[in-house]
Amino acid sequence: MTALETVELGLPTTIGTGLAHIPHLASDAPAQTKKDFTSDQEVRWCPGCGDYIILAAVQGFLPELGLRKENIVFVSGIGCSSRFPYYLDTYGLHSIHGRAPAIATGLATSREDLSVWVVTGDGDALSIGGNHLIHALRRNVNMTILLFNNKIYGLTKGQYSPTSEEGKITKSTPMGSVDHPFNPVSLALGAEATFVARTMDNDRKHLVEVLKAAASHRGTALVEIYQNCPIFNDGAFDLIKDRTQQEARLVHLEAGEPVQVGSVEERRTLVRGDNGELFFVPAAEATPDRVVRHDPYAADPSQAFAISRLDGPDMTHVPMGIFRSVDRPTYDDRVRAQVQAATDTAGGPATDDDLDALLRGRDTWNVG
Amino acid sequence: MSSKTVQQLDRVVIRFAGDSGDGMQLTGDRFTSETAALGNDLSTLPNFPAEIRAPQGTLPGVSSFQLHFADHDVMTPGDAPDVLVAMNPAALKANLADVPRGAVIIANTDEFSSRNLAKVGYAANPLDDGSLDSWHVHPVALTSITVEALAEFDGLTRKEKERAKNMFALGLLSWLYHRPTTGTEAFLTKKFGAQPEILAANLAALKAGWNYGETTEDFAVSYKIAPAPMPRGTYRNITGNVALAYGMVAAAHKAQLPLVLGSYPITPASDILHTLSALKRYNVTTMQAEDEIAGVGIALGAAFGGAIGLTTTSGPGLALKAETIGLAVSLELPLVVVDVQRGGPSTGLPTKTEQSDLLQAMFGRNGESPVAVIAPRSPVDCFDAAFEAVRIATTYRTPVIILSDGYLANGSEPWAVPSTEGLPDLRVSYASEPNAVDDKGKPVFRPFLRDPETLARPWAVPGTPGLEHRIGGIEKADVTGDISYDPDNHEKMTRLRAGKIAGIAKSIAPLEVDDPSGEAEVLVLGWGSTYGPIAAAVRAVRNTGTKVATAHLRHLNPFPANTGEVLRAYKRVIVPEMNTGQLALLLRAAYLVDIQSHTSVRGLPFTTVELADVVVRALEDLS
Repeated sequence: MTALETVELGLPTTIGTGLAHIPHLASDAPAQTKKDFTSDQEVRWCPGCGDYIILAAVQGFLPELGLRKENIVFVSGIGCSSRFPYYLDTYGLHSIHGRAPAIATGLATSREDLSVWVVTGDGDALSIGGNHLIHALRRNVNMTILLFNNKIYGLTKGQYSPTSEEGKITKSTPMGSVDHPFNPVSLALGAEATFVARTMDNDRKHLVEVLKAAASHRGTALVEIYQNCPIFNDGAFDLIKDRTQQEARLVHLEAGEPVQVGSVEERRTLVRGDNGELFFVPAAEATPDRVVRHDPYAADPSQAFAISRLDGPDMTHVPMGIFRSVDRPTYDDRVRAQVQAATDTAGGPATDDDLDALLRGRDTWNVG
Repeated sequence: MSSKTVQQLDRVVIRFAGDSGDGMQLTGDRFTSETAALGNDLSTLPNFPAEIRAPQGTLPGVSSFQLHFADHDVMTPGDAPDVLVAMNPAALKANLADVPRGAVIIANTDEFSSRNLAKVGYAANPLDDGSLDSWHVHPVALTSITVEALAEFDGLTRKEKERAKNMFALGLLSWLYHRPTTGTEAFLTKKFGAQPEILAANLAALKAGWNYGETTEDFAVSYKIAPAPMPRGTYRNITGNVALAYGMVAAAHKAQLPLVLGSYPITPASDILHTLSALKRYNVTTMQAEDEIAGVGIALGAAFGGAIGLTTTSGPGLALKAETIGLAVSLELPLVVVDVQRGGPSTGLPTKTEQSDLLQAMFGRNGESPVAVIAPRSPVDCFDAAFEAVRIATTYRTPVIILSDGYLANGSEPWAVPSTEGLPDLRVSYASEPNAVDDKGKPVFRPFLRDPETLARPWAVPGTPGLEHRIGGIEKADVTGDISYDPDNHEKMTRLRAGKIAGIAKSIAPLEVDDPSGEAEVLVLGWGSTYGPIAAAVRAVRNTGTKVATAHLRHLNPFPANTGEVLRAYKRVIVPEMNTGQLALLLRAAYLVDIQSHTSVRGLPFTTVELADVVVRALEDLS
């Protein structure tokens, strides 16, 4: 077998222009409101579910994008979070368990003019649909994936999920779960996702900021949203929601800034050790050349990955914000560009004569 | 031209057999092309192992290519070879049982070494020990003559020279059957254009093979087969997989919609992916997915966006796609699923043919989830089947499963190339405006308000203002499409979905029976690739003056409306299938008629003789 060749693709340069191809409202059109994005369906999540807050935030922020709402599509899988599309007055497709990224890939690639969103949960995205998620991320298909992580299976009534902590006692693990959990941010960075962020259901301002950045990213944007399930895993995020504890645990990532945690008095700064390991020291002891400054735009995802590993099941240090945001040509842009290039080379869209030529091929004979 | 005797024949079956690395498929393809150019009708049957290179010289490594060509219309690749080209002892041993006594065997003596003989369990050399006396054996030192003929090619190693022996064999056979070699020369020039020495060597080997036939006394006679009378037209040779790919492209072109393929490579369907991947200029998008499930997911996503969504696979892949096809049933979106069937269960026989996915296509999903199922009957019919699948999918907003098989996929035959202009118009319209008013009189869009004639729902694609709607796999309320768990509604929706598929029968031709005398008592009914063997068997039986009827089902779901009527009109209905009786099961269940199920799962098409025998026995049974 001869070695296969590769070619320089030399294809699209349209990067960093997330929404440029999607039809916007005319500048003189009446502004859209939250109401325009609210469907007539009764919302059927449990009282107190974190999903309500996320839904309200999304309905409230979508008008700000200024897109024509008929060009927005929400695709989901199965699970509590996957009911999301029913409540938005956009186009929506509630699909099957784990497959939303694959379906969204087909839609986004065949329709450049659509803003495609995937709503999924920790079971849907990381367990049954893990394969589709990592392949969407590595391909970098234009879509925004909202991964609601409540660390439990809600719709099937309380089994552990791939993000549940080891030892978790659930209906299916009466002696404690022996599964080692995924860190969704680490997983996404490992798959070389171009945009990875984490936010939380109860911090609406942060949530909206992150969603806006994700929406305007060209490529796959993965946003992990910590979300409380009041029925089967209530209080899973209390340690980082509690005002008194929050400060000591949340690490707010700001581009170009030192990575820090704690109140002003007890502030600790992330530094790099002799062997490249990252750890926190009291701010006063951090020597400037050792201080880790967050760089979401770095081509190399290693530091972002290392930061994602600060988090653990005990939530001592939980980074929040945008871990990574880099430009890389997207899969769908390139697929469309190849179709376009082939069409242009052939002199334009295929006519009946062109198709006749294809069907005949080069080796014909005539009878009669 | 030589002064040797030329004899006229009406038909010939040749089988080229050798090691997987001997280039037998290429040799067969080239001989086929030469034969097509001469105007013979033909049918081919490639047969090769799943392993890319099984150990050299062993029985599992044998690859063969059979070609049947004639001066009349050919229905099958032929039961038994008139000529076997055996490139080594393994090829002889693996194929001899199929070669009738008196047939010609051309054996490459160079490979009949004691080591190679021992590899396949020959104690003595069959070319010398008299065991082949009943056959007409031409021992030819194919390898060494080829090497000798290429003596002047100093830049080539002995191994490289040996590799041209298939071209020598092709040259010899081309001489023997008066095939023109210009097409092969052009083919080689294109293939090896960048390697001038290899090209020259192959051309020289081809010529040497031809000259060998002309000069050696061992071949005293050569044969001519006159062109077959065929309807006027421009013809080409085509395999089922390529015809299917072209059919999809043509249908999307006539629908004026983009074609989007999501596919995961699998034998024997991958050639459809390869073919379509090179046709981007025809508004074709192909995506090689991460798995079978993503392949169909991509196709369904594209269909939601308004494209012709296509996924291609074989049996194991169809199993994986089942849940997504069920979603498409529930969403009521157009989708074309191609299953190129192979031997099962599980991995089964990847390179061998079978028709054992009929019940999977019919019922292999959870819940009541009917889909349309159609099957092409011959390699060229794959084009029309693809066209028909797109028509049904877009008209009725439903998944359509096309059941091709390994034999149709790789087999080839001449095709009267249609003109694009003459192909049916498949244009469809998307929903563009609200289709109802709510109780306040406001115009609204009801995604599940059906067309009264077809029961199809509107195809409303994202980007259309005012038609924003949500659909999903949860049961939907009739008309509005809202989530509904209402018992009566589920009953109604289940029956609506079934009624929609059943209603497709109104748009298809009645089952046509071929019964020239109108007095036959036995009907042979086929589906899929059994068409050729059945037609040949029926012809053979009729040649003895016996009356027998035949019919062929292209639509497996729904069946043509008159199917029951046809079945009941005959005393005996024989259904030959390459499975253990799947169509027979469906027919018995649907029409309460007895069926004589004749089945075989040997990974090979039926032979004419076998089926003719079944018919004759049935006739004896009735008399």
